Amino acid sequence: MRKLALSDEVLLSVSQPARYIGGEINMVVKDPSKVDVRFAMCFPDVYDIGMSHLGIQILYDMFNRREDTYCERVYSPWTDLDKIMREEQIPLFALESQDPVKDFDFLGITLQYEMSYTNILQVLDLSQIPLHAADRTWEHPIVIGGGPCSYNPEPIAEFFDMFYIGEGEVVYAQLIETYKESKKRGDSREQFLKAAAQIKGIYVPSLYDVEYNEDGTLKSFKPNCPEAPETVEKVLVMDFANEVYPEKPLVPFIKVTQDRVVLEIMRGCIRGCRFCQAGQIYKPLREKNVEYLKELAYKMLKSTGHEEISLSSLSSSDYTDIEEMVTYLVDEFHGKGVNVSLPSLRIDAFSLDVMSKVQDVKKSSLTFAPEGGTQRMRDVINKGLTEEDILNGAAEAFRGGWNRVKLYFMLGQPTETVEDCEGIALLSEKITEVFFDEVPKEKRQGKVQVVASTSFFVPKPFTPFQWAQMCTKEEFLEKARIVNRKMKEMKNHKCLKYNWHEADVTVLEGVLARGDRKVAAVIEDAYKNGALYDSWSESFKNDVWMQAFENCGVDIDFYTTRERSLDELFPWDFIDVGVTKEFLKREWNNAMNAKVTPNCRMQCSGCGAKNFGGGVCFEN
Amino acid sequence: MKIRIKFSKQGNMRFIGHLDVMRYFQKVMRRADVNIRYSEGFSPHQIMSFAAPLGVGLTGSGEYLDIEVLSTDSSAEMLRRMNATMAEGIHIVSYKKLPDDAVNAMSLVAACDYTVRLREGYAEKLGTTNADFMNGLVSYIANGNLEIVKKTKKGERLVDLKPLIFDSAVTEDGEGIFLKLSSGSANNIKPELVLEAYCNSMGKEFPAFGFAINREEVYADNGSEQAHDFVTLESFGEDIE
Ligand code: SF4
Repeated sequence: MRKLALSDEVLLSVSQPARYIGGEINMVVKDPSKVDVRFAMCFPDVYDIGMSHLGIQILYDMFNRREDTYCERVYSPWTDLDKIMREEQIPLFALESQDPVKDFDFLGITLQYEMSYTNILQVLDLSQIPLHAADRTWEHPIVIGGGPCSYNPEPIAEFFDMFYIGEGEVVYAQLIETYKESKKRGDSREQFLKAAAQIKGIYVPSLYDVEYNEDGTLKSFKPNCPEAPETVEKVLVMDFANEVYPEKPLVPFIKVTQDRVVLEIMRGCIRGCRFCQAGQIYKPLREKNVEYLKELAYKMLKSTGHEEISLSSLSSSDYTDIEEMVTYLVDEFHGKGVNVSLPSLRIDAFSLDVMSKVQDVKKSSLTFAPEGGTQRMRDVINKGLTEEDILNGAAEAFRGGWNRVKLYFMLGQPTETVEDCEGIALLSEKITEVFFDEVPKEKRQGKVQVVASTSFFVPKPFTPFQWAQMCTKEEFLEKARIVNRKMKEMKNHKCLKYNWHEADVTVLEGVLARGDRKVAAVIEDAYKNGALYDSWSESFKNDVWMQAFENCGVDIDFYTTRERSLDELFPWDFIDVGVTKEFLKREWNNAMNAKVTPNCRMQCSGCGAKNFGGGVCFEN
Repeated sequence: MKIRIKFSKQGNMRFIGHLDVMRYFQKVMRRADVNIRYSEGFSPHQIMSFAAPLGVGLTGSGEYLDIEVLSTDSSAEMLRRMNATMAEGIHIVSYKKLPDDAVNAMSLVAACDYTVRLREGYAEKLGTTNADFMNGLVSYIANGNLEIVKKTKKGERLVDLKPLIFDSAVTEDGEGIFLKLSSGSANNIKPELVLEAYCNSMGKEFPAFGFAINREEVYADNGSEQAHDFVTLESFGEDIE
């Protein structure tokens, strides 16, 4: 029997003990004494969330294909276990071997959202690893961060030995070789870090010095040794079509958020919505080979026994062979004990047809993400979805028997006016009118329902809106009230529903997203005073955070509402993501003029990502 | 065709709750290519039912589930296929065909066998030894007052455990106890209830994590209230050649 790190007393007194015992189907078992490198891969949130993440499954598979490396998993203990581990000084452990994380060579932490930052400190703390990279020795693992938030790693830079900028498939092999050589040579930890800094895509924060202007903005950001490059280049997979993919993903015992086979069909996006970070940092768009995907679908369903399969990408309708792929899945698997969970597709004859095959039309709803309430607003954000598209799509769906529509919008984007906010209600109302026009009384089954949801906009690095002034909490809530009021004025208001969120977390996310190294002290202070699981509304403690800003003398508005000049040096400017700052500036100006930019397949806009030498940039 | 599957759930699998065991077996059916029957309707589910849920923390050697299949290979082949895709700790013991008119396992359950041992360190905590504790328990069952207040959904109710304990004996090594307890929908007695009553009778607090409990077997009753005739659930089925 595999040993467990926790006793029966502990496991039986916490919720969901299965989160902590490992042993799942397809878990990789190796003898730790027979490998050179032990890699602990961490998602700093609870198991149920972390196990649902595709990226970790890909890296887990990739590392474990290497004979010299054993990759194991680590997640944030839930608050009940967190308390026990602190009281009893139990070191955090990896699920596979149940050995303490502190004895590993690497601790890799994926950075998926800013609100997980205090959980990173929890993982380090419970692992008994010093929070600050500067305090670590060879006795401790190399702590490396990766994932979307590493495109502005500065607010958490001092907690990490290094960051991996780009897609994980590319230079980890090189990093591991470098590590093994360093160990063999008997290098100091610092010597190893310098060697690693020479690998493309690796950023070692301690090798860079930062100076600030009097007004608090960045004055300079420079390497402090010859080994560190001036700019760190993003690395990405260019032979994506047939890139290896995990055929035997892990199958958790407990029901996690994504309890299904997930097939990644492409990376990147052609659309260039101006608020969207993923759209820029994963450029250019690259597609998987459809025949390879079909083969994977079979293998993965067989190896996991999952009852559901879904496709993953930023904008599935743009996948060249989407009709072929979806038709294949429905024909092969639907009705044979496997649910095909459709990606969100452009509403047209094809998507309505497959939807009617795999979903109960009466119970399912159509989804549109106009993101802006008026055409002017959608032009500003470069969302190429027109009112006509939406109304035509809805009309067709209503004729097909649907009567529920979900709409997603963002509030607080640059140049937004009262009219734009009210436009959300007007568009929702128009959709209900389409229903009454299109569906004769005798054919109506149930009432039409339109649910509009808004989230609050947070400007992100490496987007055209990185220069945008963010709204204050009060401004956000006022916008939501405008929408709500207008909704109530609508003639068909009984068919409309409007949801919006709290704004506290949004403001904080705004600080962390565009923060610099000065913000690290705030994160640490908040963590030490009890902030944890900030992305969970039930555990988010806004007052602790507000106190932390005060304790550290850090001004929230400086990071959120301040107007940034077009030539300001940003904390993340040392990263080269392929997309140039010139292009982003152009796009910012286009936004200010409500000017639409065509997508990559209509016309190349010269964003800079062509330099990677592949993908959509070379389609024609 | 109805099939009864007997499995064991040992080791770390004791931390997997009943709902998750159900989900686990649904996936086993797909991995092992069991040609299981699905219900009709928009979201079809597998025809599968379990005999008796096992609480988190307990292990089991004779657990049961029934399924319906459209076709099947031999028992030996099905055992091989299913056991090739098991998590460590779960093992399929038998795969047997039931008569077409067979009653499902859940409604058959009448009694369960358990073996109970004290976990390491708990005999000292209770101021006794393993052997003394177990011997004491056997004589308590034989001679003591086993009336307890049982909390139910409808409130509290006085229950005499004595007629619901069909058998008890100290295990061969002298360190544990064997119990045959009434089970099923009518009079379901969990071993913890007996252990708690015993601890209380000695004026000791019941240590919730103090016992390692293994359910050995699950039985149906072919006899009557007056003269029980317990037979294992497995005995209703036949091997498929
Ligand atoms: S270089 Fe052109 S085609 Fe390539 S990602 Fe940029 S805009 Fe699109």
